[in-house]
Amino acid sequence: MQRNTIMALKLHGPAMSTSTSLVITCLHEKEVDFELVPVDLFAGEHKQPHFLAKNPFGQVPVLEDGDLTLFESRAISTYVAEKFKETGYDLTRQQNLQEAALVKVWMEVESQQFCPAIAPIVYQFYVDPLKGVSPDQAMIDVNLEKLGKVLDIYEARLSSTKYLAGDFYSLADLHHIPYTHYLMKTPAASVINERPHVKAWWEDISSRPASKKTAEGMTFGEK
Amino acid sequence: MAAPVKVYGPTLSTAVSRVLACLIEKDVDFQLIPINMSKGEHKKPDFIKMQPFGQVPAFQDESISLFESRAICRYICDKYADKGNKELYGTNPLAKASIDQWLEAEGQSFNPPSGALVFQLAFAPRMKIPQDEGLIKQNQEKLGKVLDVYEKRLGESRFLAGDEFSLADLSHLPNTQYLVAGTDRGELFTSRKNVGRWWSEISSRESWKKVVQMQKSG
Repeated sequence: MQRNTIMALKLHGPAMSTSTSLVITCLHEKEVDFELVPVDLFAGEHKQPHFLAKNPFGQVPVLEDGDLTLFESRAISTYVAEKFKETGYDLTRQQNLQEAALVKVWMEVESQQFCPAIAPIVYQFYVDPLKGVSPDQAMIDVNLEKLGKVLDIYEARLSSTKYLAGDFYSLADLHHIPYTHYLMKTPAASVINERPHVKAWWEDISSRPASKKTAEGMTFGEK
Repeated sequence: MAAPVKVYGPTLSTAVSRVLACLIEKDVDFQLIPINMSKGEHKKPDFIKMQPFGQVPAFQDESISLFESRAICRYICDKYADKGNKELYGTNPLAKASIDQWLEAEGQSFNPPSGALVFQLAFAPRMKIPQDEGLIKQNQEKLGKVLDVYEKRLGESRFLAGDEFSLADLSHLPNTQYLVAGTDRGELFTSRKNVGRWWSEISSRESWKKVVQMQKSG
């Protein structure tokens, strides 16, 4: 298979960050070479002027592709998936209007329903301990309830299609990987494991070679 | 003959009005089918079939059935690329990437605090739900920080993604309309010179004026 090495893409961000991992997974699926430029979040590098010049919101990741500088991981992954449509896996189904539309729908579901519920849980389990604070169980419980309701809908959906947008893996599924990867290492994993179709979907998408390769760098919380 | 494009939901919903603005910008005919949320129509089985999360809008274009307003807008721009405002989602990949970036910024950074303020200040009183002063203060601060970033950006660029009005700007119209025209917190926008100028420009577009008219008469 041909690897696309013509453009030297630079991705700025730490490999362990959920948003950076999202883009890395996409780059691997598309078989695109890139340089990962680490950003030291603990040292506040993302709030320094040289980084704010790339992303005024002071967040990782940022993609540099020639003269283009892009932030927001979901915009970056979409750009990569569409630019490199000739190589790797077809993540956006642009050749089929209906399939492409459903990919967009479930990408927004991840963005607007799934992420707001799962992110606070992962934050409580991973980030608070770094500050010497115990996870806030009340916050975890409230968000687990929210996430459970979202996943009930996923369970119904995944009982009729193999993946979220249809019977094909897409960017919509991929966007769920980073946060779920971290969730699965906590007691909150039960919210996935208790739902058979969601569990099977998770096992499928996380065992793709691109997903496994990215997971090697997702070492947040490991000693 | 009825238009093949159908939007289900009340015009007062911010997400519904986002889709309506996009359809009007793209000059695409549509039917608006009202959904009475106070009667729980959005939680009934017929609606849930179209939108499993029980939220508005739901959308149909012949046999295609979609939800999530930003996904619907992107679809409209893709399918009807040659109609109406052709620049709305960019005419080349670099323009589209910039628009997607700012559309994501709207969805991730602008919408949560502005949406919370719209709920607390515009909807809660109507629904006789007590306002949460703590949440109002917290979200006002968050929104202020986001608007500081916008203030700098809009000093460098006429619109968020570049020199042309795009889907990224459009996506901000619904929440901002409520905050500026329907609450006393409009000065969050109008006290910032570049944001104020931008708001003035985007809200005076014919497409948005039509949506506001629909909200008033709906």
